[in-house]
Amino acid sequence: MNRVPILILVVLSFLGAKDYIVDQKSKTFLPAKISAKVGDRLVFKNSDSFSHNAYSDDEKNEFDIGMQSPAQDIAVELKAPATIAVECAIHPNMLLTVEVK
Amino acid sequence: MNLEKSFRVLFLSLFVVVVFAKLANATQEIKKWLRPENIPVPVDNKITPARVELGKLLYFDPSLSRDGTISCANCHNPLMGWSDNQPKAIGVEGREGPRNSPTVLNTAYQIRQFWDGRAKTLEEQALGPIQADVEMDMNLDFLLSKLNKNMGYVALFQRAYPSEGITDKTLAKAIATFERTIVSTEAPFDKFIQGDKEFISKSAQDGFKVFIGKAHCADCHDGFNFTDGSFHNIALGGRDEGRYKIKKRAAWFHAFKTPTLRDIVKSAPYFHDGSVKTLKEATTICATGGRYPNGKNISTFIKDRNLSETEIDNIVEFMKTLSGKTLTVLIPTKFPQ
Repeated sequence: MNRVPILILVVLSFLGAKDYIVDQKSKTFLPAKISAKVGDRLVFKNSDSFSHNAYSDDEKNEFDIGMQSPAQDIAVELKAPATIAVECAIHPNMLLTVEVK
Repeated sequence: MNLEKSFRVLFLSLFVVVVFAKLANATQEIKKWLRPENIPVPVDNKITPARVELGKLLYFDPSLSRDGTISCANCHNPLMGWSDNQPKAIGVEGREGPRNSPTVLNTAYQIRQFWDGRAKTLEEQALGPIQADVEMDMNLDFLLSKLNKNMGYVALFQRAYPSEGITDKTLAKAIATFERTIVSTEAPFDKFIQGDKEFISKSAQDGFKVFIGKAHCADCHDGFNFTDGSFHNIALGGRDEGRYKIKKRAAWFHAFKTPTLRDIVKSAPYFHDGSVKTLKEATTICATGGRYPNGKNISTFIKDRNLSETEIDNIVEFMKTLSGKTLTVLIPTKFPQ
């Protein structure tokens, strides 16, 4: 019985889910900071002429999009509240901070 | 007439905007190759003369190794491009390390240290080789105890890091501070990029064009230090897994850090395995898709760029212009007692 309100909350939260575009341009994540909520997605773009990557080692939001070719879009869903650091495995100077509420 | 005049004004305005945009873009393109005014320094380890002096003594002091024969300078020698001109690093008792000694030059500007980037700062890096069994093979506790009994070093640490004592932290900070001062001097390329075209030959100028254009070298060897610190598997083969040893991330399989090209003629042989003796061979390998192009996780940056032999020769001529005068360092011969 207690699961019903939780389910409604989850459904509502997903209904309001938003996509945040993260461009990888000139070896920089743009924007460098994002404030999002659980269920939102990060959509990684690559405007450079070479490959990029994006990964997070956060315990609850772990992901690795692998090699991302130019002009390819890859989406990642945010799963749990946390402040996560997203880096490019190729270019360690690239850093994106995502605050997930 | 009014319409015609308006069109003229509009056309002229657009022309001015385009010219200014192009000039701004060109300035930005040149700016990234210019030598930075300052060395990046951590907030808690500012550079002071006392710290540089202490760090230099520690860097050249062989008593920091287990058998008293090896100092940092054995593998990172100022007269050998701050490397050692050997394929692999040689430590105590002639033990051969797994990798080529990377140059210390301009490591202040790098955001990851070691070939596999396992240290983020020079302070994190400094104590690694002292303890590595194939390098200086020293027990850190023993070393700290030894330094604490050496009145000369006690006084120097007190002057450099008042009230902080001789600890693993201050030892690392002092060595890192000296390393941070090892920066490249002005090279012919630096004069060229500021507009003095005659400072480098025509073939070097052609080489620079190919370097930033057709050959795509600057995709990785980017900016003032001619590295963006990126990690790649450049298809050299071998068993060394590189950055993958730190974490089993697919992109890090056999991946190593892009080295600086500053003073590159002084620090042969090249690559993480020291397997290449000449810049021409190194350039040819990178510009033709690597030695083993069909291997796993070969960097997408490593491709056959269809360069002619002249283009490769010109790139090499250009790389030679990245060497300045060897930094003057008075090598200590006496150490604190």
